[in-house]
Amino acid sequence: MPKIKLAENTIQLIKDTCAEFGNKESELINVLHQVQHKLGYLPAEVQEVIAKELKTSVAKVYGVVTFYSFFTMIPHGENPISICMGTACYVRGAEQVLAEFKRQLKVEVGESTSDGKFSINCLRCVGACGLAPVVTVGEKVYGRVAPSEVKKIIAEYREGCAGDDAKSA
Amino acid sequence: MSDYKMHLLICSGTGCKASESEDIINSFTSLIDEFGLEDEVQIVRTGCFGFCEKGPIVKVLPDNTFYVRVSPGDTEEILKEHIVKGRTVQRLLYTDPVTNENISDSKGIGFYKKQIRIALRNCGFINPENIEEYIARDGYMALGKCLAEFTPEETIQEIKESGLRGRGGGGFPTGLKWEITRKSEADQKYVVCNADEGDPGAFMDRSILEGDPHSVLEAMAICGYCIGADKGLVYIRAEYPLAIERLKTAIKQAREYGLLGNDIMGAKFNFDIELRYGAGAFVCGEETALIHSMEGLRGEPTFKPPFPSVSGYMGKPTNVNNVETFANIPVILNKGANWFNKIGTEKSKGTKVFALAGKINNVGLIEVPMGTTLREVIYDIGGGIKNGKEFKSVQTGGPSGGCLTKDFLDTPIDYDNLIAAGSMMGSGGMIVMDEDDCMVSIARFYLEFTLEESCGKCTPCRVGNKRLHEILDKITKGKGEVEDIERLRVLSSVIKDASLCGLGQSSPNPVLSTIANFENEYLAHVNDGKCPAGQCKALLKYEIAEDLCTGCTLCFRNCPVGAITGERRQPHFIDQSICIKCGVCFEKCKFDAITLT
Repeated sequence: MPKIKLAENTIQLIKDTCAEFGNKESELINVLHQVQHKLGYLPAEVQEVIAKELKTSVAKVYGVVTFYSFFTMIPHGENPISICMGTACYVRGAEQVLAEFKRQLKVEVGESTSDGKFSINCLRCVGACGLAPVVTVGEKVYGRVAPSEVKKIIAEYREGCAGDDAKSA
Repeated sequence: MSDYKMHLLICSGTGCKASESEDIINSFTSLIDEFGLEDEVQIVRTGCFGFCEKGPIVKVLPDNTFYVRVSPGDTEEILKEHIVKGRTVQRLLYTDPVTNENISDSKGIGFYKKQIRIALRNCGFINPENIEEYIARDGYMALGKCLAEFTPEETIQEIKESGLRGRGGGGFPTGLKWEITRKSEADQKYVVCNADEGDPGAFMDRSILEGDPHSVLEAMAICGYCIGADKGLVYIRAEYPLAIERLKTAIKQAREYGLLGNDIMGAKFNFDIELRYGAGAFVCGEETALIHSMEGLRGEPTFKPPFPSVSGYMGKPTNVNNVETFANIPVILNKGANWFNKIGTEKSKGTKVFALAGKINNVGLIEVPMGTTLREVIYDIGGGIKNGKEFKSVQTGGPSGGCLTKDFLDTPIDYDNLIAAGSMMGSGGMIVMDEDDCMVSIARFYLEFTLEESCGKCTPCRVGNKRLHEILDKITKGKGEVEDIERLRVLSSVIKDASLCGLGQSSPNPVLSTIANFENEYLAHVNDGKCPAGQCKALLKYEIAEDLCTGCTLCFRNCPVGAITGERRQPHFIDQSICIKCGVCFEKCKFDAITLT
């Protein structure tokens, strides 16, 4: 992965966040939550700054980041699509819905489209099992999704760049 | 709630919020304004009613009318007809599927008839963001009673006598756990609430926290008083934003009312609660892993003993209980152990909340006395199998549990019976499956989950589950051999025996229970290259029967990949090299011309 140079104010933001938690190593997870919330993801360079501030090794920070599925080292797409793969959604056909999203967007789970517009992720149970299978795009929840509706959902977010739409669809 | 003539209870749990309950609330608010009814009608934003299948739900008090699947467009009719003229809107009532009659009062609905609500007592009745509504329903009374009348020992004794066992899955006696933590001597102790609900398909704890957060806070304070702790921590999934918000609000209000903080109720008892966020790791439901995660480490379990009651968070004695366990505590202390221990079976007292989901008519959150049979849950409460299909299996205990067949339908549900049947209670997920679900695929699905969630510490779990998954995957792709079944059995028992924590010890359960109960299905895959449920795509082929096809073009128009060709009024064909076997054509065809082989 190519190195990215963090802007001065980004570094300051990370340092401030660490300071908020008293630069304590035991607050690592809380720090990561906050930083990811602000920056969207946790690339290696960000982890280096955090490790330095909390006076711990980068290996330890990396170990924690990769352990928990909530933390990501890759930025999400502009419209992050999550397909619920909880059991309730699975038995009601979530697998086919996921396959259709992958087919339409030509990306795998955990990846973003080349234009950065969409990314696909799986999640385990949003707790709206009555609406299974469930798909979320950003904050919006779509319930009882059929594979045939996938195209329509994607189109909702493609509006405004109709030219691209025609080419890739 | 007394000054208003009418109350509109509107569900704002995650499920109903996802289906526009917020728009319904906004619409009612502006309508009430428009009609000048602000002083007569109050909108109460409640937690989950449980009947998620029929959400969003709007309940009108005092007459208890229960409107289902309400949309923002229905609000005007409810207001003009029901609230202004006192006439029930018939079309929005629940229709009994058997008698076809509209039922107005939720008490008459089959879904609610056999339920007893203890942990969910306030969900769907009160506004979870208003502490006064909780207090009005005997909230914080149990805490007051303990502080004023009971010693910690007496309180623990009461919990012990109630027979309450941990609702997170293990079923350890709660009173005993409290007693052990009390007896551990230390300058600092902690109460931890485990709200890291990671079981896919289970949402009991989230609904309690969203619908009745104070019941958990009150119980944690009582626990603190009993074990001698002044600090509580709630470890909650970051994926539950609404529950986190409601908890934060509840903690703030409890502090303002002097129910958390220093010198609570003037009894010289100090107790405060903070939140800690999980970050998506199923293994963190295991208490030692959870504690490591709270300390900022990777959530890897460690060997017990020492148990957290002796050495837990920051090396101090820590009492870890699950959300639902805590939610039971205030009721037990208010109504007495002898009331509670009359509910349930000999060894499992009280009730259990289940998240009923899958191929069932009434998906939702239910609470039934221990000892209720699976048949009562699935048919009486759940309303039977969706689309008139045949019941095949019910999965309890999530990735750690097993699949039970119709032979177990009359088994009373409690901790011990489920284990004897080869499954477990778990946290309360209950997924119903029908004839279209392939049991080999289900086992593979669960293994895929444990594979991702294994922390990697123990080799049998890290590598063994990977191998189990590979074998299952091979079978579902039609490349299995009959020896694979024995390989699965042997490997499963090794993983169970040689893993450190509950995750590894139970991860092969879905494999073992499906082999035990559905061996024929495995054999059909490996011997005949067939998937009896018709789910394993590699073993399927969709074809159009020429003599039955009318050339209506419906399949042609619906095929997402353009695999179907044919002229109008002429038989159509499926190009097998393009077909992705999604089954849309099969579902859409009105002439049964498409066959599945």
